[in-house]
Amino acid sequence: MSATAADLMAYDAALAAYDPALGLEVHVELNTATKMFCGCPTGFGAEPNTQVCPTCLGLPGAMPVVNRVGVESAIRIGLALNCSIAEWCRFARKNYFYPDMPKNFQTSQYDEPIAFDGWMDVVVPAPEGSDAEDEVFRVEIERAHMEEDTGKSTHIGETGRIHGADYSLVDYNRAGIPLIEIVTKPIRGAGERAPEVARAYVQQLRDLIVALGVSEARMDQGNLRADVNLSLAPSGSDVLGTRTETKNVNSFRSVERAVRYEVQRHAAVLSSGGAILQETRHWHEDTGITTSGREKSDAEDYRYFPEPDLVPVAPSREWVEELRATLPENPTAKRARLQAAWGYSDLEMRDVVGAGALPLVEETVEAGASPQSARKWWLSELARRANDTGVDLVDLGVTPAQVAGVQALVDAGTINDKLARQVFDGLLAGEGSPEEIVEKRGLAVVSDDGALGAAVDKAIEANPDVAEKIRGGKVAAAGALIGAVMKEMRGQADAGRVRELILEKLPVVE
Amino acid sequence: MPDRPSDTAGVITRDEVAHLAVLARIDLDDAELDHLAPQLSVILESVASIQGVAGDDVPPTSHPMPLTNVFREDVVEPSLTAEQALSGAPEAEEQRFAVPRILGDEQ
Repeated sequence: MSATAADLMAYDAALAAYDPALGLEVHVELNTATKMFCGCPTGFGAEPNTQVCPTCLGLPGAMPVVNRVGVESAIRIGLALNCSIAEWCRFARKNYFYPDMPKNFQTSQYDEPIAFDGWMDVVVPAPEGSDAEDEVFRVEIERAHMEEDTGKSTHIGETGRIHGADYSLVDYNRAGIPLIEIVTKPIRGAGERAPEVARAYVQQLRDLIVALGVSEARMDQGNLRADVNLSLAPSGSDVLGTRTETKNVNSFRSVERAVRYEVQRHAAVLSSGGAILQETRHWHEDTGITTSGREKSDAEDYRYFPEPDLVPVAPSREWVEELRATLPENPTAKRARLQAAWGYSDLEMRDVVGAGALPLVEETVEAGASPQSARKWWLSELARRANDTGVDLVDLGVTPAQVAGVQALVDAGTINDKLARQVFDGLLAGEGSPEEIVEKRGLAVVSDDGALGAAVDKAIEANPDVAEKIRGGKVAAAGALIGAVMKEMRGQADAGRVRELILEKLPVVE
Repeated sequence: MPDRPSDTAGVITRDEVAHLAVLARIDLDDAELDHLAPQLSVILESVASIQGVAGDDVPPTSHPMPLTNVFREDVVEPSLTAEQALSGAPEAEEQRFAVPRILGDEQ
């Protein structure tokens, strides 16, 4: 497999000549205690092949039985996406020969998904720096269906990948964990904003899944996986072009980057008279490119047929209405409510939403921090670190409770904002709670007058001209002395108290 | 995106049986293929004749019993041990099932 970049057309030129059509398939791994069709546990990180039984190993004679909570979660996701819920539907066997499923088929749904024909209104933030309004883009949902996850393969050989491997090792702990696959209808008309629409959709879908409480929904741990379908048609044409399906897109920003890359790649191929191959592409996070996987054309006959070992699911309308009553607040209404409660400006709210920080800020405020301090930490200090390491904010590894803990230490005067940054260093390095890090790293600010007084005296002595100005009434000059004291104290001084001490020691001479 | 379910009616060729045997990891020699391909054809023809009897007013039956909504509660039950799970595996390594090279076989 070649990992070299393909020819690309400049993005603006590509959009001038072609209209992109998107399709997004998102797999959500549910957080049920047990698998979809057997009672094996679903915990992450267990020893290989210790969460398996005859059913999920596909042993002869084993009989699957559907997990009630899996069905409930599927219906709740469907309802939250404004879908119709099937009155009667079946599971189907999706047959394929690949050792990640020991049965040689995946139990899925075929032409009778449990939920279908829905929509989600996606708020696409206005471009940064623009004073345009946020745009609401309606994404139509084709279906949401129930299926099961596959096992995990490790490929043994020089390459460490499936290509060129000598053989492979399989752990079936993950095989059979419930998945809900959510498929959009073709998304057209997004134009140059297609990459942002794709990102905003996945981000908002994740927020919805989190609010429903049906999955951990962490992209970096594979609880939420996005496949991005993209095709281009000549501008103004009604016909959909040939699509490619890009897999392995494991962060919000990668969704955006992958769409942009494929738009540029398709445009380069089409404009030079070439044809797009209908195929699976693999996204490479490190290099930001896609490479060809298997061709889809003839590999796709899965010989679906109804699963005879599982009886049909026929959710009564009463059950569906009971589940509808458990749905969380509509995300748009919730956003308006939180903005009012927090006193954020439109711009502040947009920045929080755009950074994918809404649930994080909400939890931080719930944990006791003020809305402004919660926003400040997530959008400045932590967003910068997430950006530096190329992960989404939610996957950075700092929890809302920890952020609230840091702010509590600032509010108590134990540390200042500058020292708080070092506490975040400690949190990311796994050094314990904010209090423990302050203790271990010796970060508490000094407000003891003895130590501060000595430092202030030293600063006055070293800067006689500044001291003279303050005595002469130029109190603003105290800033230079505060800076000298903070340097002496390695930043660990209570700046307010330092200022008071300086002014006490240097009374203005009338 | 799902495709059409395949149509199983009709005669199966010797080459198709050989291909299926490779996919199913069943080692068939030439004599066995000569013997089995015509037998499978007879079975498929018999099934096809049943399809001929069912009119358009008879929907395909997937579940003979009129049961729906048979669920388990979401309660953990004991799993097998890794030793038990791997006891039937032809090859195992690092507590995992060892399987032949996935890509490269003619499939």
